[in-house]
Amino acid sequence: MFSYYLQLGMRSLRRNPILTALMVIGIGLGIAASMTTLTVMHLMGSDPIPWKSDKLHYVQLDNWSADNSYYDDGRPPDQVTYRDAVALMEAGKADKQSAMFKLSLPIQPENKELKPFRSLGRVAYTDFFGMFEPPFKYGGPWSHDQDAGHERVVVLGKDMNEKLFGGQDSVGRTVRMDDIDYTIVGVLDDWKLRSRYYDLTNGAFEDPDEFFMPFTAAIDLKQRSTGNNSCWKSSGDGWDAYLDSDCVWIQMWVQLDSPARLAEYKSFLDSYVNEQKKLGRFPRPLNNRLLDVNEWMADQEVVSRDVQVQTGLAFAFLVVCLVNTVGLLLAKFTRKSGEIGLRRALGASRREVFSQFLIESGVVGLSGGVLGLALTGLGLLAVRALYSEYKTVAHLDWTMIFVTVALAVVSSVLAGVYPTWRACRVQPAAQLKI
Amino acid sequence: MELRPILSALMRSKVSMILIGVQVALTLAIVCNALFIIGQRLDHMRRPSGVNESDTFLFSSSGFGHGFDPRATIREDLAVLAHMPGVASVSTTNSVPMSGGGWGEGLSLKPQQKTSTTQTTIYMVNEKGLGTFGSKLIAGRDFKPEEVADLEAGDTLRPPVIIVTQAVADKMFPGENAIGKQVYLSENPPASTIIGIVERTQQPWMSSDTVENSTFVPGYMPYGNSSRYLVRTEPGRRDEVIAQVEKKLSESNSSRIIGKIRTMEDVRRDAYAGDRAMSIILGAVIVALLTITALGIVGMASFWVAQRTRQIGTRRALGASKKDILRYFQTENFIITTFGLLVGAVLAYAFSLWMMQSYQSPRLPWYYVPIGFVCLWALGQLAVLGPALRASRVPPAVATRSV
Repeated sequence: MFSYYLQLGMRSLRRNPILTALMVIGIGLGIAASMTTLTVMHLMGSDPIPWKSDKLHYVQLDNWSADNSYYDDGRPPDQVTYRDAVALMEAGKADKQSAMFKLSLPIQPENKELKPFRSLGRVAYTDFFGMFEPPFKYGGPWSHDQDAGHERVVVLGKDMNEKLFGGQDSVGRTVRMDDIDYTIVGVLDDWKLRSRYYDLTNGAFEDPDEFFMPFTAAIDLKQRSTGNNSCWKSSGDGWDAYLDSDCVWIQMWVQLDSPARLAEYKSFLDSYVNEQKKLGRFPRPLNNRLLDVNEWMADQEVVSRDVQVQTGLAFAFLVVCLVNTVGLLLAKFTRKSGEIGLRRALGASRREVFSQFLIESGVVGLSGGVLGLALTGLGLLAVRALYSEYKTVAHLDWTMIFVTVALAVVSSVLAGVYPTWRACRVQPAAQLKI
Repeated sequence: MELRPILSALMRSKVSMILIGVQVALTLAIVCNALFIIGQRLDHMRRPSGVNESDTFLFSSSGFGHGFDPRATIREDLAVLAHMPGVASVSTTNSVPMSGGGWGEGLSLKPQQKTSTTQTTIYMVNEKGLGTFGSKLIAGRDFKPEEVADLEAGDTLRPPVIIVTQAVADKMFPGENAIGKQVYLSENPPASTIIGIVERTQQPWMSSDTVENSTFVPGYMPYGNSSRYLVRTEPGRRDEVIAQVEKKLSESNSSRIIGKIRTMEDVRRDAYAGDRAMSIILGAVIVALLTITALGIVGMASFWVAQRTRQIGTRRALGASKKDILRYFQTENFIITTFGLLVGAVLAYAFSLWMMQSYQSPRLPWYYVPIGFVCLWALGQLAVLGPALRASRVPPAVATRSV
């Protein structure tokens, strides 16, 4: 019966091509607008590391001035000072921990055909790799001993290894950066990161890091961060004064494997800050935070307000398209009262008539969904063109393709329920009389 | 025109009326708010930066290696650039308006002041800085070459002389002449004396609350081995000079990297890319929405005309003119649209209220809604015209035919 009703539905749709086209285009446009924005929002905000996002915590300590808070609403600074980062690293109270910052360095390739170029990378501890789990193609992270020994080693990103060594296994070779040779210990494979969630201080959708090197080695070379630096009082002149200052420029992540560990670490942070207060630092009330990955992404508004507003408007638009479809289906089905009356008089039950017309709405929805999918593809193309930084988040994946078609069919069947119900109430006798 | 028959006919097809009404209501609410957002974005994008954008470009130079002398390189580069044909003025700078990244400081009236009087960005330039930016000096004087100090990255900022924007002067010394007055850029003396005021120079951050609070400080402050140059060319010669600069500087020194050259127009485009994208996306939503709503009205009106063909014939047979029939459908559309618009007005303000609460956006100005009314009335009338004309052409003879 289903396939017969499907046939009937198709035939009925072909009979009124303009009305059908109006409905299909309406649903298609509505679906495309909402799915385009929803895809961007979903991929921007989705959990980047679902198997452990609740175990990774971003450390925030409030070392700001007694008179002004860092953010107007009282939230603590989004980075920590060098001295606090090092103190927390040395205490080693978390299951894994890494202080880190962004660094730009000139690369001097061995291959003289390549001109020197600047490269953006990251300075971190070896636990960075254990916490954020980038895939390695060759070699692996450096060791804790190499962290402690301030060794000049480096892990290259896939693209950098491609550029410098043609994608060969370069482990054991060296790369020259700012006149210093670093020994390559590992090369990353393709690290598919939608957002660079581990450092949101310069925007979440920057290019991926091209190299990683030990924090301790970079500090030896007096390398300042290429990222943000904020001070609430002058740091004083010179490098040592800067390291000792209350300027914040370092991001600090810890991995805490259980809620109990989280509670322990919280109380450790509180006692650390209270100790520092005795030294005359941390003039503000205790205001430490340990947000997990998703909380931190929400706090830093990784899903921008614009994208949220666009998504809201797109769904309102979908509602308009559906109301439009309800109206058109109603018009169409009412016109067929005669046909319905005839079928009812010949013995079709209300239920059968109901399923017939609901299937017809479903066919409209399916066609609208297919059209919507094509238009969503175009829409995402447009989003990539309009927002160059969203290239990692404006893509259809299988989940979203499925959601698109399902949303189209479900919403058009829902839109068809009332017109169908009206159609079923047709009295056979009234229609057969002339 | 008799309204009662139209109303009583409408009451018989309440659902269709509600459907069109809801569509019109939502359309009004969305279009008003989307247009308002677009308007805000366009205003935002129209703000003047205060600097010459058409003839300027910037690039960075970063040296490497232990033998690299950043200060000597800056001197050489400035000399080379200044003598290139077509170059009007050149300066080092740490940042430029709209670039997104820069240096912020608090400005205070007293040493050790607890809360800064206002915030400012710092543009670290040489004696050609103001001329290169194209910022208009409206009071006082420009920097002298001997005032440009050699500074190190990380040094405490205590310049003897500074030039500020009118916005800073107004904030620090309201109603007074700021020239010769002293301010503090760090908590301890010595203070800095304001020697000049420029009309306007924006900060690098477009969403800043104090976007016109900028301070020029005379100095060379290479960041490690890196420095940045801003070049203003003679009008119309920018692209020609850029091509030459690329060639010349890459020859000059092999132990450095010349960064990508960007024009101020590129900087502006990137700064407002988000606002532009938002405007385009909302614009597309508005167009699609109006199209769908118009087509919906056409569809429903055609259906009603088809459904009432016999009644129309009867009315025609009883003496109604073509014009009467046309008017009937036009009035009916007007009533439905008005009903939808009234609901839509409430929705539009509700939507605006939600935007205000969730995103701190400003309140929707009242005049958007009446303008929306007029536009949607017009849209409705336009959409119903086709079906209504078709209705008016129904011949009276239809009344006598069966079915």
